[in-house]
Formats: sequence, structure tokens, C-alpha cells
Amino acid sequence: MSFDRSKTPTWRTGYRYQYEPAQKGHVLLYPEGMIKLNESAALDAQFPGVPELAEDIEQFMEVARAQHWIDLA
Amino acid sequence: MLSTGSTLPDSVSDKLPPKPEIGLPLWLLAELTYRCPLQCPYCSNPLDFAEQGKELSTEQWIKVFREAREMGAAQLGFSGGEPLVRQDLAELIAEARKLGFYTNLITSGIGLTEQKISDFKKAGLDHIQISFQASDEQVNNLLAGSKKAFAQKLEMARAVKAHGYPMVLNFVTHRHNIDKIDRIIELCIALEADFVELATCQFYGWAQLNRVGLLPTKEQLVNAERVTNEYRAKLEAEGHPCKLIFVTPDYYEERPKACMNGWGSIFLTVTPDGTALPCHGARQMPVQFPNVRDHSMQHIWYDSFGFNRFRGYDWMPEPCRSCDEKEKDFGGCRCQAFMLTGDASNADPVCSKSEHHGVILKAREEAEHATQTIEQLAFRNERNSRLIAKG
Repeated sequence: MSFDRSKTPTWRTGYRYQYEPAQKGHVLLYPEGMIKLNESAALDAQFPGVPELAEDIEQFMEVARAQHWIDLA
Repeated sequence: MLSTGSTLPDSVSDKLPPKPEIGLPLWLLAELTYRCPLQCPYCSNPLDFAEQGKELSTEQWIKVFREAREMGAAQLGFSGGEPLVRQDLAELIAEARKLGFYTNLITSGIGLTEQKISDFKKAGLDHIQISFQASDEQVNNLLAGSKKAFAQKLEMARAVKAHGYPMVLNFVTHRHNIDKIDRIIELCIALEADFVELATCQFYGWAQLNRVGLLPTKEQLVNAERVTNEYRAKLEAEGHPCKLIFVTPDYYEERPKACMNGWGSIFLTVTPDGTALPCHGARQMPVQFPNVRDHSMQHIWYDSFGFNRFRGYDWMPEPCRSCDEKEKDFGGCRCQAFMLTGDASNADPVCSKSEHHGVILKAREEAEHATQTIEQLAFRNERNSRLIAKG
């Protein structure tokens, strides 16, 4: 199933994405849990609109949707 | 053949894997108080909680949060006892959130009001977990030792969602409520829980004291897990975001749990009087643990005796020492090894390789014939705690 690019993803309520200096990386925090995201997930924040990243981002969005990390509207 | 004991020839010690680098204390559990309006007979607090020292002040807690955050702690749980009895809770939440913590309030819901839910939101609280004792009013209130607990919890769970928090509902299950697991799950879905923890009693503190009256039978457990899996499949098919987390009691396992992901690996608890522990059950162990009143969090985590006591593999006697699964389960739970064998270095008796595994088999057997009612359990309250402390 391909990702619908016309939709706007937002983090699910109560999920927070932030940089952790001690881990030198970005994490997604949620009730009593934490996921460390790899470099490509963090790139969209730094280089929005760079076309080569689109595929990585799309893959990430697929995972994020399946895991209920994001809402799409 | 080597006998049990920690003194071993060099040739064997040499084969031990290298001591892993000390990880970050990612999870900080702040047990703000042992005071609690409920009397749950499976509480994980120490039996002698009523005899513990003075609670830390607001300033002392804030210092703990600041130092732990600098060391990489990201998740902070406000727990207890019942954390709501601390009058400075909103202030502590605000400070923790400002430092960048993801803040979790772990509460019975007793003492919670809509005003507090709203105030905590403004202070920056990220999430509220409410614990229930059962899915029906009568059993819930009986277990909680309170006549009004259930209605209050329902009302507060609805208010938590209405104020835009994610919500975890926690049900401790045991032989008196586990057969109603379908109703428990239905209730959680109706209350719009994001996560549901169906946690079969773990036998520490008061739960250990009441073990015979709490441990479900194998059949009860198998049935509960089957029902949970059916609901999981149903939720997934609907694309429903509610996640069910089923925690089995390790008494029905043949290999021990990788307790706390390893001693002093990611988890740090600070108890009401400031004692720092690698796990909230460790207080009873004959190990000297540091206090935040005397030491920095840096010292406590990296250098203290207590936090280093069971790191790596050097401390392991047989059968753990030569076991090829030791890097997976770390020999299980140190507290359980201490409680059930008298020596915290021993293999967790849950492991079928442990020479003490018979105590687990006996407990399973007892579960088949136990007749204790809820009313016959020892309730967690100050009076019972003082009696136990006096011996």
C-alpha cells in the first residue's frame, strides 16, 4: 500500500519527538516508552523538500502509521 | 564439576564475557511517598514501609531530576504510594517538564479531581496511568479497601481523556479477577485507553506475603492469554490504536525474566526517603544502597557499591556462570533470588536449571488447591506494616 502524500501527518496525541543530547540522536517519547529513531527519520526536520529523502520518509511514514505513532488528516 | 559458589579458578573466569559499558539511566522512577489511601494486598512497596525515613523535600527532588536529566534520563514516573498526596506534585511536574522529561503520573486515581487534571496539564504533564483493581465495582472496592474507589476511577479515567492526555490503564491480575479479563479489556476499550497493562501479579512486597492467595492457576493464565490474543487480533483488524500489554507471572516460566534489562542498566528508582535503587523491589536486599541526600546521581549511578553489585558477570555463581543464556537474562531477578533462596547472587529459582526451582514448582502446585478469599489476604496498611516490621 503506497502512502498518500496529500495527507498531513501529526504525532499521535501524547507522543513527543525530541533531540536527546546524551544519546546524540532523536527519540520519540510516549507513555512509559521511547523509540530511538535512526538518521533518516531525523533528516526531514533538517532538510525539508530534498527529493532523495522522499522515499526514506515515505517508508518511515508507513511504519509510523502501522505502529500508531502518527495520525493522518 | 564446579560447585556452587563465587570463587572460581581463573580459567573459568577468563571465559566470562567482558563487562558491558554502563548504559544511561534512561528511566527514573520517583516514588514520592509511601502514603496511600488504598490498601491493595499486592502492593510492591516494602512490607515495612511505615517504618521508613522522612520524605525528600521539593528542592531535593528537583535536584534529583536535574542531575538525572543531565545524565540522559528521559522518562520520569511519579509514583508511590499515591503520588497525589504530595502537595507539591504540580510544582515537581512543571520542573521536570521544563528539564525535558517525558512525565508520567502513575496513580490510583483516588484524590484526583478535574481541577488537578487541568492544573497538571498546564504544568506540562505528558501522561496519566490509572490503576484499577478489577472490572466490577464490588471486587475492585474489596481489593482496594475502599467503598468509593471504582466510581471515582471511572470518572477520572473519562476526565483524563477529555483533557487530551494519552492514557494507560493498569490492571493487576490475580486468581480473583483474571477470569474476568474479557470484561477488563472491554472496560478499557470503552474508556478509550491508549495502552492497557494486564499485569499478572509479580511477587514482591505485599504480593509475596499474599502469594498463595493471589497466584492464578496455569489454566486461568492460559485462558486469560488466549482471550487477550483474541482481542488483540480484533483490535488490529479494526485498525484500533489501543494496545494490550500482557505480563505473565514468571512463576509459570522455565527461564527467568531479564529483570530490569540487567542490574543498573537503564532503570533508577528513588524511594520516598531518598534511597536510590536499581529496581523498586531491591530495598529488602542486604546490599548497601546510596541516598540522594549524601551523593550526586552521577556517583550513585556510576560509582556506588549498590549499583555496581550485580553489573557484568563476575558475581555469578553456577549454574549462571557457565550458562550460555546469561547475556540474555542476566540470571533473572536478584530480588527474587534473595527472597526465595536467601542469596541474591543465586540463579533466579524460576530457572529450571536452578537447584531451588522446586519452590516455584511447589507454588504452582499450591495454586491448584488454594482456597483463600480476598478478605483473608493481608492488606497493605500502616497497621499491618508496623506489625510486620516489629516481627
